[in-house]
Amino acid sequence: MRQQPAIESLRAQIEKIEGRARRVKSVLPFGIADIDARLPGGGLPLGALHEIAGGGNGAVDGAAAALFAAGIATRTKGKVLWVITRSDLFAPALAQAGLPPDRVIYVEAGNDKTVLACVEEGLRHGGLGAVVGEVARLDMTTSRRLQLCAEGSGSIGLALRRWRRQSEAVDFGQPTAAATRWRVSVMPSAALPVPGVGHHRWLLELIRVRAGESADFEVEACDGSGRLAVPAELAHRPASTAGWRRGAAG
Amino acid sequence: MVRAADAAAVAAGARVGMPAAKARILVQGLVVRDHDAAADAQGLDRLALWALRRYAPIVAADSPDGLVIDSTGADPLHGGEEAMLAGLIYRLSSSGVRARAAIADSWGAAHALARYATRPVLIAPIGHGDSVLTGLPLTALRLPAAMVAALHVLGFERIGDLLAQPRAPLTLRFGPQLGRRIDQALGILSEPIEPIRPDELIEVRRNFAEPIGAAETIARHIGELVVQLCAGLEAEGLGAKRLDLICHRVDDRVQAVRVGVAMPVRDVKRLTRLLTDRIDTIEPGFGIETLSLAATLAEPLTEKQTLTAMVDDGAPDVSDLVDTLVNRVGEHSLYRAAPVATETPERSVRRIPPMAPDTGETWQGRWPRPSRLLPSPEPIETMAALPDHPPVAFTWRGVRRRVRRADGPERIRGEWWRRDAELTAVRDYFRVEDDAGERYWIFRSGDGEDPNSGSQRWFLHGVFG
Repeated sequence: MRQQPAIESLRAQIEKIEGRARRVKSVLPFGIADIDARLPGGGLPLGALHEIAGGGNGAVDGAAAALFAAGIATRTKGKVLWVITRSDLFAPALAQAGLPPDRVIYVEAGNDKTVLACVEEGLRHGGLGAVVGEVARLDMTTSRRLQLCAEGSGSIGLALRRWRRQSEAVDFGQPTAAATRWRVSVMPSAALPVPGVGHHRWLLELIRVRAGESADFEVEACDGSGRLAVPAELAHRPASTAGWRRGAAG
Repeated sequence: MVRAADAAAVAAGARVGMPAAKARILVQGLVVRDHDAAADAQGLDRLALWALRRYAPIVAADSPDGLVIDSTGADPLHGGEEAMLAGLIYRLSSSGVRARAAIADSWGAAHALARYATRPVLIAPIGHGDSVLTGLPLTALRLPAAMVAALHVLGFERIGDLLAQPRAPLTLRFGPQLGRRIDQALGILSEPIEPIRPDELIEVRRNFAEPIGAAETIARHIGELVVQLCAGLEAEGLGAKRLDLICHRVDDRVQAVRVGVAMPVRDVKRLTRLLTDRIDTIEPGFGIETLSLAATLAEPLTEKQTLTAMVDDGAPDVSDLVDTLVNRVGEHSLYRAAPVATETPERSVRRIPPMAPDTGETWQGRWPRPSRLLPSPEPIETMAALPDHPPVAFTWRGVRRRVRRADGPERIRGEWWRRDAELTAVRDYFRVEDDAGERYWIFRSGDGEDPNSGSQRWFLHGVFG
């Protein structure tokens, strides 16, 4: 999307009228042109709350969503607070996504209410790089409060949505005040000429972004430095297929 | 008169209350020492001070042989009532002190249960009333010996017998103390515990002519008390590591709030914030007439020069966030992970305190690890696996999945230094992917050939992203 100067100046005017004391809005780009083009500012805004949920079985186990969150958190500066209710997060996997164990402080909270309270404390503090909270329910008022805390401090807040049963995942349709909303679903890995499992692949859906359109992307799971990658056959496709679509696999 | 005897003497026939000469005759080679009541009382006070520092803000010596601790609000920070009692008994026994303990709704009931209940550690259910007391002997009520003897003469043996009687004739015969002790044991009459205070404690108090109850008023007074306390700490060059706020209510009940920090601080704002976060745990009842704030643990505070803004400051200090969260969820719920040098995945992570210095270590190995590890491996039914190959299909939690791609085996050996059975045990881990792209971490317990290496059954241990 080419930036249009008229719309940009209109946006700047609206922000001035809104009058909220904002910090200089810095962003965390993904490094993939297609994704960064969809996000206002060219990246994931720091100082905001983002929601991540898993699709399919990931709504219950939250495995891919956790790695996606870890990939974002590892590229911020400072310690990361990870608030959990179920003790099934495996730290070596986070280390393989680029988040070394020294950087993460885990908080075991008994229920959703305590998780959200701890996330709020972490965001308000301002000395952390990222705060990740695993919750099932997130309503509009709480998300609004967390968004304001994140704006005030400049830390990035990641609400990892995880439910007990897949049927409860319908709750993800409820509106919240998060700046962006993502769903990560697993996809078959890259085909290899030899037996084995190739790079893990995800279907990354940007369900909602403030002042932007939703889109979905097929990406390779984050590597040892937390970065996503474009799958090889899509990156090196012939020039004729300009706007790619998620076609039939293989 | 024998006041106390150790287990060997009791086994040989000596009993508490027996004349010393008789005990000497009964037991060969008995070692007899003079009873020193003052030293006993001092020792008990020292024990009470230790419990004050470690366990709860309100501790007193329950002479001659025990302590009373008000554990309301203190047990969550120690992992619950059972964990707290178990830890207390363990610590005392590892110092050579044999102890019995009980938790109940009132001082009188807890005193009785700790000394006369059959189990050495007992937690009475909340709201137990008189059910736990009926079977206990009369001496458990803390009555004078003469009164107990007179009650025995009248035929009362157990507390339950007394409870069944109308109160008025007993009061007429024995005086008000009997009724008072019974009511205290039942919790009807309140019995405030006078908390023990070490001599050099820095404490500030505030009395109110009009009892206060509103949260904002309490918060305001807490703020003023913290200012006074910090002035006192500064005069001594100390920083507080633990604060106890004790609220004395008009109906003689006492509420306590305890907050702790990892490093000694004297920062008024930070301490006020920690205390006001816990105001919602205080029940003012009919009103609070006295607030007292004490720094029960204080250590010398070294002045450090803070970096100016010109120089690039290092990592921001998160110790105050850690303190706030610890006071909210408890010390054991906040941790960092560190690697353990072992191949077994479920033992490869250990917890270290959140403010521990960075270790710089991370897990070794190229094999990918799943982001979610099940608390214990779940058995799966598999189809047709050859020794070095993963199964063609498996069923987990009732859903059958076909394996499309797989990677492995990664051979994990047992920890032979832990148990002999693990000397030959191995697990062969495979990363498998099904049609939809779901990736799982499964293993076979054993190498597929040697029955000593494992049960040859398959399990699912984790889910990859």
